[in-house]
Amino acid sequence: MSTTNLVPFEEALTRYDPVLGMETHVELGTATKMFCPCPTGFGAEPNTQVCPVCLGLPGSLPVTNRAAVESAIRVGLALHCEIAAWGRFARKNYFYPDMPKDYQISQYDEPLCVDGYLDVEVEGRTIRVEIERVHMEEDTGKSLHVGGATGRIHGADHSLVDYNRAGIPLIEIVTRPITGTGELAPQVARAYATELRDLVRSLGVSDVRMEEGSMRFDVNVSIAPPGAEWGKRTETKNVNSLRSIERAVRSEVERQAGVLDAGEKVTQETRHFQENTGTTAAGRSKEEAQDYRYFPEPDLVPLAPSREWVEELRGTLPEPPADRRKRLQNDWGVSDFEMTSMRNAGAVDLVEATIAAGAPPADARKWWMGELARRGNELGTPLDELGVTPADVARVVELVAEGSLNDKLARQVLDGVLAGEGTPDTVVEARGLQIVRDSGELDTVIDQVIADNAAVAEKIRGGKTAAVGALVGGVMKATRGQADAGRAKELILEKLGVSG
Amino acid sequence: MSDLTRRTAAELADDLRAGAVSAEEVARAHLDRIAAVDGKVSAFLHVDEENTLAQARAVDTRRAAGEELGPLAGVPLALKDVFTTADMPTTVGSKILEGWRPPYDSTITERLRAAGVVILGKTNMDEFAMGSSTEHSAYGPTHNPWDLTRIPGGSSGGSSAAVAAYEAPLSLGTDTGGSIRQPASVCGIVGVKPTYGGSSRFGVVAFASSLDTPGPFARTVLDAALLHETISGHDPRDSTSIDQPVPPVVAAARQADVSGLRVGVIREFDGEGSQPGVLSRVHETVEVLESLGAKVVEVSCPHFTYALSAYYLIAPSEASSNLARFDAMRYGLRVGDDGTHSAEEVMALTRAAGFGPEVKRRIMLGTYALSSGYYDAYYGSAQKVRTLVARDFATAYEQVDVLVAPTTPTTAFPIGERVDDPMAMYLADLYTIPSNLVGNASMSLPCGLAEEDGLPVGFQIMAPTLADDRVYRVGAALEAALNERRGHALLEEAPSL
Amino acid sequence: MSAITREEVAHLARLSRLALGEDELDHFAGQLDQIITAVARVSEVATADVPPTSHPLPVTNVLRDDDVRPGLTAEQALSGAPASEQQRFRVPRILEEEA
Repeated sequence: MSTTNLVPFEEALTRYDPVLGMETHVELGTATKMFCPCPTGFGAEPNTQVCPVCLGLPGSLPVTNRAAVESAIRVGLALHCEIAAWGRFARKNYFYPDMPKDYQISQYDEPLCVDGYLDVEVEGRTIRVEIERVHMEEDTGKSLHVGGATGRIHGADHSLVDYNRAGIPLIEIVTRPITGTGELAPQVARAYATELRDLVRSLGVSDVRMEEGSMRFDVNVSIAPPGAEWGKRTETKNVNSLRSIERAVRSEVERQAGVLDAGEKVTQETRHFQENTGTTAAGRSKEEAQDYRYFPEPDLVPLAPSREWVEELRGTLPEPPADRRKRLQNDWGVSDFEMTSMRNAGAVDLVEATIAAGAPPADARKWWMGELARRGNELGTPLDELGVTPADVARVVELVAEGSLNDKLARQVLDGVLAGEGTPDTVVEARGLQIVRDSGELDTVIDQVIADNAAVAEKIRGGKTAAVGALVGGVMKATRGQADAGRAKELILEKLGVSG
Repeated sequence: MSDLTRRTAAELADDLRAGAVSAEEVARAHLDRIAAVDGKVSAFLHVDEENTLAQARAVDTRRAAGEELGPLAGVPLALKDVFTTADMPTTVGSKILEGWRPPYDSTITERLRAAGVVILGKTNMDEFAMGSSTEHSAYGPTHNPWDLTRIPGGSSGGSSAAVAAYEAPLSLGTDTGGSIRQPASVCGIVGVKPTYGGSSRFGVVAFASSLDTPGPFARTVLDAALLHETISGHDPRDSTSIDQPVPPVVAAARQADVSGLRVGVIREFDGEGSQPGVLSRVHETVEVLESLGAKVVEVSCPHFTYALSAYYLIAPSEASSNLARFDAMRYGLRVGDDGTHSAEEVMALTRAAGFGPEVKRRIMLGTYALSSGYYDAYYGSAQKVRTLVARDFATAYEQVDVLVAPTTPTTAFPIGERVDDPMAMYLADLYTIPSNLVGNASMSLPCGLAEEDGLPVGFQIMAPTLADDRVYRVGAALEAALNERRGHALLEEAPSL
Repeated sequence: MSAITREEVAHLARLSRLALGEDELDHFAGQLDQIITAVARVSEVATADVPPTSHPLPVTNVLRDDDVRPGLTAEQALSGAPASEQQRFRVPRILEEEA
């Protein structure tokens, strides 16, 4: 295989137009699997969430999970799809060790949902991504490759298979080709993935955790000179972060431009995204072309959602995330930039809940996007897993507002909550974190500080009121930060006979 | 006491209820019979005396404790080796599953246990139920009790031979294209394919999912009905199981009345395709029906002649997919795992070594029929023929209540005659397949011996979906009339083993 | 002319994961050709206006509630495994990428 030169992205765009396509697998968060009543929890001991059906034992038969069908229909409706009045599952036949029946129950030419769209915003432009279909299928088991280098399939001595994941319900969301995005293509791909993730999350049908594989993206890219017929596309599999999606598109455009510039042809193939280099690599090509021999699954009867059922499900749809973001942005009075930051940080829901718990929008945002975002980054933990609830944050905001805490103490309270010491009130109580406001106690401390800093006190008396900061600092130090700094300043100036 | 193995299931059930005999004695008598004759017949792949006697004793204990037991409690049964059993191996007649012990019982196995039916063992079958002679078993052929040099039919040949040889009063088989009715026919016993979806497929190792139907073998129509009711009824673990009441087959078998019934003789199945001795017995039986007050007319089902071709596309297509799971990864045989072969190679080596020639033929045939470029011409066209056959049935049932035909074109053929001539073997299913394609109920009833070879002939009775009771009504009436004419049951003419 | 060539039979064997010998391929090629030629007659009556039937019963929407039920223990699951290790099914090395 010849190594082709990469053409820098901006340059590639001067000669070629990219066409994108996205295929997204989402693991549904149902209690049981697609076709059997086994549990679906992540991280169980190997082969403990299995039964004759999901192990593909001879004689076993599938029975469809109603909740999975309802989730799929709700996703379809949220994507403005038509819901098919009648459709069948099909068998996709191919041999693979982690697929218990050596066929996958999927949908082929009769998908449950068709012809929808999802609008995404990139640099102020709204781009409508057309959805071709949403269909249901079952997941495979997981292989552990033993021997050889670092768990990779190549060079492994043998593999160990765990079928806990086998049969977990999946939906696959397939876009129509996305054209005309030009240099925005990488961002459009990312924006689509982000919007889709938020939409699915808002429906509550999946936890959409890309790092655990509950949402997986395959990115199709082709390029061609403007006006020419579309080029051959590549499919880059399992691109598992939003950033990687953007990088994968960019790198495929650069690579394919290099191939075409060299007068060669792009091979239609499956590629894999390399996280470390940000580029894609060709998959191992198969000896023979796949022929999946799809046919209607004879162990299942057709699915025919009644109009009443579909309308009932439509009634359960939440406000679309994009509408909701606009509404919240308006209510909170924040800029586009701030809103985008909150969304990227996964803070929108948390801020909203904190406000609902009584905090003013600015304060709610300040704590989540400031102190807590910083902690999250340090720990590499998403905000919603930090262990601080919106109610906790709202309470801290309240304590600050009533003057019981200052910001510094409030951070200490959050430290306590993060450390699992309990609610903010428990932490305040246990750590004794209260602002000292009692004048008697404060008087004594101030007198002592003035006595210890006679020279500074003299300057202040002489009119250099700016020096009062040093005395306030002394008071704060003496009270281990628990004094009300504003009140201390007033009292010092009063005692020194200077008006504030 | 008279020989317990000669008694019908209904008689045994009465004796057991009356306390005249214990389930253990009945089981012991049948185990003794198996020990005496199965060396010649080879109906069983697996018999476990201790297990069987323990089951029988448990029934006796339950009865002694005054427990309410099903009508067949304590009656022994032979189970085709296609039903999963947690306490016995399940091989499906294949080397690829040699010694496999399933970790679960099929729904029908569960129902038998709950009803107190005593399972004697697992019976021989064509590998994966593909065949009409039981010669395609990886464990050697079963012999027809009427003539040990001949086939017992298939694929459920072990189950038909066991009942015909008095090794069991009852047995279960599965019928995908005739695998209950054809063996019943050539062994001179009663075999019923219930309405598709009437008996659960959960735990029945699949051959062709849209066709497979478990059903009973017995020596009398009433016995078949008793077993039919015991195993039937909705199973939520089988999506294709019918959620409706079981047709009243036992009552119908007791009613045994055909006066006023309209009977259709299928013109397309009433000609030169059959052995003359088969046709003449069938014609006589139709006359008996008339004499009993049935109104007989000839009906035409023009697309039935395409049914065989459609079947040999649909069944192998589904089978090619159903049998993919036998890949040496999770259970069963594994060949070539010596560190030099990849998983892909081990799969191919295992399947080549573990499947017999008929299974390989059908897997490749089905793979072909489903492959891109051929799907429409083969699988797609076959599914259209299915529609046409259904229309023929619907038209016929506007005129008649039941349809009749020979069960199979010939009597039992000699072992070895067709084993490497698939086209000749497939013809055995010619008359049974239409019912499978549309899911109708259908029975084979012994109606006499063919003049030219003195071997049993089966008379096939078909009724619409969920009208299973009709085939029992007709079967029981005919059985009584034929026995009366003959002075005894047909099976009594079989040579003693 | 034959309905199916020996090369096609070899392709079918690979698709079906059957490692067949040369003799077997020859034998099956002849038999499959005979069978396919015979069953091809379905196309005589399968005209465009006839809808296909895939299920014998006209039933739809057989669905199950989303309630967990106990399945097998790992020991039961692995009881028939040709080889196991670390409570997993041990399989030979896998060459091809997943489809």
